[in-house]
Amino acid sequence: MGLNRESLEQRAAEEQVQRGVLTTTLAKAVNWARKQSLWPATFGLACCAIEMMAAGAGHYDLSRWGMEIFRASPRQADLMIVAGRVSQKMAPVLRQIYDQMPEPKWVISMGVCASTGGMFNNYGLVQGVDTIVPVDIYVPGCPPRPEMLMYGILRLDEKISKRDTFK
Amino acid sequence: MRDEELLTRVRSRYADALLARGEVTVTVGREELVEALTWLRDEPDLAFRFLSDLSCTDWPGRDPRIWMAYHLFSLDHGHRVRVKTGLSEGDLTVPSVTPAFPAAVWHEREVFDFFGVEFRDHPDLRRILMPEGWEGHPLRKDHPLGGVATAYHGATIPPPDEREA
Repeated sequence: MGLNRESLEQRAAEEQVQRGVLTTTLAKAVNWARKQSLWPATFGLACCAIEMMAAGAGHYDLSRWGMEIFRASPRQADLMIVAGRVSQKMAPVLRQIYDQMPEPKWVISMGVCASTGGMFNNYGLVQGVDTIVPVDIYVPGCPPRPEMLMYGILRLDEKISKRDTFK
Repeated sequence: MRDEELLTRVRSRYADALLARGEVTVTVGREELVEALTWLRDEPDLAFRFLSDLSCTDWPGRDPRIWMAYHLFSLDHGHRVRVKTGLSEGDLTVPSVTPAFPAAVWHEREVFDFFGVEFRDHPDLRRILMPEGWEGHPLRKDHPLGGVATAYHGATIPPPDEREA
């Protein structure tokens, strides 16, 4: 009848699919879980924060990607959206909040001020938040519209899903 | 009191008081400063009991280089006066006016932070806006406008135009 081990396994797998079971690698499953529930730390610093809040509110609705829960405690967050200009005096606070976030963690630098200092090339502001914390995604704009922030977040999702978690 | 009346009244003690653009300005030496402010505060017909601002300007290449300005307002009479005092570059100290006007504490800290003026007998003279370990006084005219490095936890990152690509 040609009944062998391979066709038996094939038939067993097909039965599982009919019951709604999928197989994948553990790394992909973990990455999928991580990217589908990024919880950002509340870190609005200036006008970019208004756009970030708009992105989180009903009209743009970040909860479509499981990340509407802006955490007040960095210990519950795994994404920091640096939304606005970082003053020299804020820099140690920002770094401390970053250090308090559990691994794995990501940083989005939102707007030109956070990315490069923007138009504020002066004594008061940090010239690019990447001098203090590692940045994964830079979102340009002054301030970026919620669509741009969401695009940045989705690019971060891609980055997370390609991450080799267990290496 | 109207401007001219106020000028006459102030000139009864400080003869070189000026009226310019409707504003009365008194220039005093720094050792007379606290005395002058106290007199303006305590005379009943002047009654400048509210220190509305205290600020500083930098004039490089001139002597005195640093000018302190104290803006007083009378809540009783609704008139204003400005008291100025000049400080030479070698000796940037001025008596603190906090005994007469407690509101000056933070203003004097701000001037100390941005211009490096030392206030004698100030109760808590330290930086107010810039970080504690910051070097220099950024509102002086000879302070660089931009291109400031990020100094952080002992490490220094140069300004963007000096970083490696």
